[in-house]
Amino acid sequence: MSDNFRLDKGGLINRNKKISFKFNGKKYFGYEGDTIASALLANGVHLIGRSFKYHRPRGFFGAGVDEPYAIVQMNRNNEVDPNVRATEQELFEGLEAKSVNCWPNVNFDIGAINNFLNKFFPAGFYYKTFMWPKSFWYKIYEPIIRKAAGFGAASIKHDKERYEHKYEYCDLLIAGTGPSGLASAYAAAQNGARVILAEDKSRFGGSLLTSEVTIGNQSGQEWAEQIISELKSMPNVIVKNRSQVFGYYDHNMLVMSERVSDHLPKTDKYTPKQRLWYIRAKEVVISSGSIERPLVFGNNDTPGVMLSSAAKEYIKVYGVLVGKKPIVFTNNDSGYETAIEFKKNGVDPIVLDTRKDADSEIIKEAKELNINIKFSYVVVAAKGYKKVNSADIAKISDDKKVISNVENIKCDCICVSGFWTPTIHLASQSGNKTKFNEEIDAFVPSHSKQKETTLGSANGVFTLEENLKTSFEKGSELSKKITNKENKVSIPTVVEKKSSKHDKFWCVPLPEGKNYKRFLDFQNDVAVSDIQLALREGYRSIEHVKRYTTLGMATDQGKTSNLNGLQLVSEVENKVVPQVGHTTFRPPYTPVSIGAIVGREVGKHSKPTRKSPMHYWHEKNNAVFVDAGVWLRPRYYKQGSENLFVASKREAKNVRQNVGVCDVTTLGKIDIKGPDAAEFLNRVYTNAWLKLPVGKARYGVMLREDGIVMDDGTTTRISENHYHMTTTTAQAANVLSHLEYYLQLVWPELNVNVVSSTEQWAGAAIAGPKSRDVLQKLFPDLDVSNEGLPFMGYMEGNLFGVNAKIFRISFSGELAYEVNVESDHGNFMWEKIMEIGKEFNIQPYGTEALSTLRIEMGHVAGSELDGRTIPYDNSLEGLVSKKKDFIGKRSLSKKAYLEPDRQKVVGVVPLDKKTSIPEGSYIVKDAKAKLPNPKLGHVSASCWSVEYDNPFHLQLLKTEKI
Amino acid sequence: MLYIKCPHCGLRPQTEFSYGGDATVKRPELNKEISDQDWDNFVYLRKSPRGKHLELWQHISGCRQWIKVERDTLTHEIFTTLKANENI
Repeated sequence: MSDNFRLDKGGLINRNKKISFKFNGKKYFGYEGDTIASALLANGVHLIGRSFKYHRPRGFFGAGVDEPYAIVQMNRNNEVDPNVRATEQELFEGLEAKSVNCWPNVNFDIGAINNFLNKFFPAGFYYKTFMWPKSFWYKIYEPIIRKAAGFGAASIKHDKERYEHKYEYCDLLIAGTGPSGLASAYAAAQNGARVILAEDKSRFGGSLLTSEVTIGNQSGQEWAEQIISELKSMPNVIVKNRSQVFGYYDHNMLVMSERVSDHLPKTDKYTPKQRLWYIRAKEVVISSGSIERPLVFGNNDTPGVMLSSAAKEYIKVYGVLVGKKPIVFTNNDSGYETAIEFKKNGVDPIVLDTRKDADSEIIKEAKELNINIKFSYVVVAAKGYKKVNSADIAKISDDKKVISNVENIKCDCICVSGFWTPTIHLASQSGNKTKFNEEIDAFVPSHSKQKETTLGSANGVFTLEENLKTSFEKGSELSKKITNKENKVSIPTVVEKKSSKHDKFWCVPLPEGKNYKRFLDFQNDVAVSDIQLALREGYRSIEHVKRYTTLGMATDQGKTSNLNGLQLVSEVENKVVPQVGHTTFRPPYTPVSIGAIVGREVGKHSKPTRKSPMHYWHEKNNAVFVDAGVWLRPRYYKQGSENLFVASKREAKNVRQNVGVCDVTTLGKIDIKGPDAAEFLNRVYTNAWLKLPVGKARYGVMLREDGIVMDDGTTTRISENHYHMTTTTAQAANVLSHLEYYLQLVWPELNVNVVSSTEQWAGAAIAGPKSRDVLQKLFPDLDVSNEGLPFMGYMEGNLFGVNAKIFRISFSGELAYEVNVESDHGNFMWEKIMEIGKEFNIQPYGTEALSTLRIEMGHVAGSELDGRTIPYDNSLEGLVSKKKDFIGKRSLSKKAYLEPDRQKVVGVVPLDKKTSIPEGSYIVKDAKAKLPNPKLGHVSASCWSVEYDNPFHLQLLKTEKI
Repeated sequence: MLYIKCPHCGLRPQTEFSYGGDATVKRPELNKEISDQDWDNFVYLRKSPRGKHLELWQHISGCRQWIKVERDTLTHEIFTTLKANENI
């Protein structure tokens, strides 16, 4: 094709490996080492998408993370990846990408009608237009706007890609591998510090990859390569490319996103797509470089207008010309570097320099190369719709207010350079109070809050020699503080071209009679006129202006637009930029995949799963499980075609008639020891504990200090100074912390120790009229008669060679026992119970039957002890001691707790004995009364009584005090 | 994520701890008369200072000790950490 823009030689791509890929369904070729952007540009493709609001054609503006335009939707591994920056995504064989925010396609986009209606889409358009009627917002406006706006489309399927998290600790984390990053890493590594060096791109070296400099006797790029290979060979250094340090959090913790296999066609099963690194660093070096600023002129968003540094990078790294008739529009020396690269590659650029005249080594070089340079010249407007085809250029007066001699010249790209903005995001996130540097018209880090040091152009310093020297020194100094070692590193000599001062001019005035859109924010279509309007409408704070106009929002977060926006606000407001201030930099610096944030904590890995030692028996016996906190518990054991209702009724009935066994391993268990244990329990529980004899259990209720019931359970006195406490499954952890709180902080004088023993014991509840028969056969040597083991009695036994604890406690109202053995023997115990219980028709029962049995009994549980009820509400006031003090007692005399119309637990049977009321239902006096209909209570638990064969409920209901 | 120095275990990430609120609150003594107002103040009233705050944390995934942490609620800076029985 005639539009091959790939140079015959040069660049860092692998020309031996040709790669085919598809963009918008069309096949193209690129090389290994290309990005989607460089490969498309090599094919002469500049139109990549449509803009957010006006659907104006979009091309490529940058060559890296700052890219505001080139966002594509990708398919890989049969997964979609929305909002991928084409300037970052490396090519792989078979890559498929398509444009976003256009319909039906990027060349013919219906939404572009917005561009012609732009008078109707001023700043704050949505706020102004879609306000009334209110109900229209959800039903009509929002769905339509949602459809028309936005970029990529996320998949609604589960993402099958693998994402991982990694935790790392280091002495120095260095973000960025430009000259400053490399030098500081090298010096720190020589001092023996543990260093993590992170580079966002695939290639190391930062600006050294594109600048014409000499370090020692090597080119910048060779020097970078040598330093990296030395660092990689050192055991104390981790070097990572494709890794963006995107967030600086508290206490020197930074998070880095590594694109492990985004650049590969397919990942192995266990290779993650991305990995999130949580890095705790003793010191952080921010060497994140700087981003070129755009110059603002008419239609400056037309495809073909791009940053001059990007054009240079496409030539030097990818061997691609972004155009063959370029205009370089600059207010500083950087544009000349790009112009010289064009010239060296056989293309004649025109340089428009806004300065009246300027002289420096590089301008001299450009002149010697016979490059056409026009001083005091500006681009007034780009011409062309889907691609720049010419530009109106003009002479500008010395005061930069008047333009004259407007002429139209042909061109196919406009490379702009408005000087450099240090990338201060990480420093600012860490709490650094940034300051405005007049010399470079940009903010730079100032006073560090955390252990962070910014070096290089991120710090607003643009000479290589100075940066290398400072960075070697800083790297050495920071690491020496940590390792106490100092190995001198010699600082190499540097040859670079000195620059002259940049021009503060950045926004070209409109010619008379023209109202070209001059864009500040390219991703959100925020033009100069939008900011002016917002200010006219009274917005003053830069934070408000941002939110009203969307300046600096979206995926690029204004990397190229923020400073120009501030300049404009300060100009209109007649303030200086530091007075206007900048908006807050918040993490992440670049977009992060939700998948990477979630990591491996998806599906069943989103929380731990705890299983009892009898779990596999339950599984084999057709248990249907239910989540009980993090535990998996059998809900019911399915026989044949039974459903939940039928099975749980059968199981509960069998408990009432014969005997059942339930896995109660999950109950919280706390071992309590010490001479003051009885006193402690007496303070923790509402009832009296001092006189509980050894070998007896007691039911207890504990409150929070505000009088609300916290938990209930039985506690058994195993020996004089040893108690075994049980808690509900859900509250086990809270109760332990609660006890520890009082022992460690409130009553440290009590000599008591508590420790969780939940996992040490496996438990089986044997309940039903025949439970004693089963127990007797399990422990033939023990006297388990009513006299030998009375209600709330405890004894120890030997279950076929296994030590067991036997408690006579009941949750169902039936004669019942709980047997505990050490967890390892849990399954053995369970199988023995099933084997021995066979002749008594024993059946296992799950949580559903357990619940039915306790509801029938009127025994309160979690659904009544719901964090809102006091003992009275649960009819537990009989357990509240009047004689002694305990946690929460003083609150019980609160007025609200003594009101006669408090809700109280009652059992309810429907009059028709048929209609079951679902749990959570509200009870009202008259269902047909007008709203708000006062609530008398709610149904807290609902079951089908197996005793009477009708629905049965527990309700918390307002009743007269009985 | 905060990095908290447990006085028993050393520097550990925040994920190992759980927050326990104001450490300066003192529970009224048992079996002592106390006015409704004083009791309510103990149960419900907490200061929420902007700046230095002495607070409780429990090292739940570590030594399980309750500790005191003096932290700036605005900047998250931690000035000192103490054992349960120590005071500033």
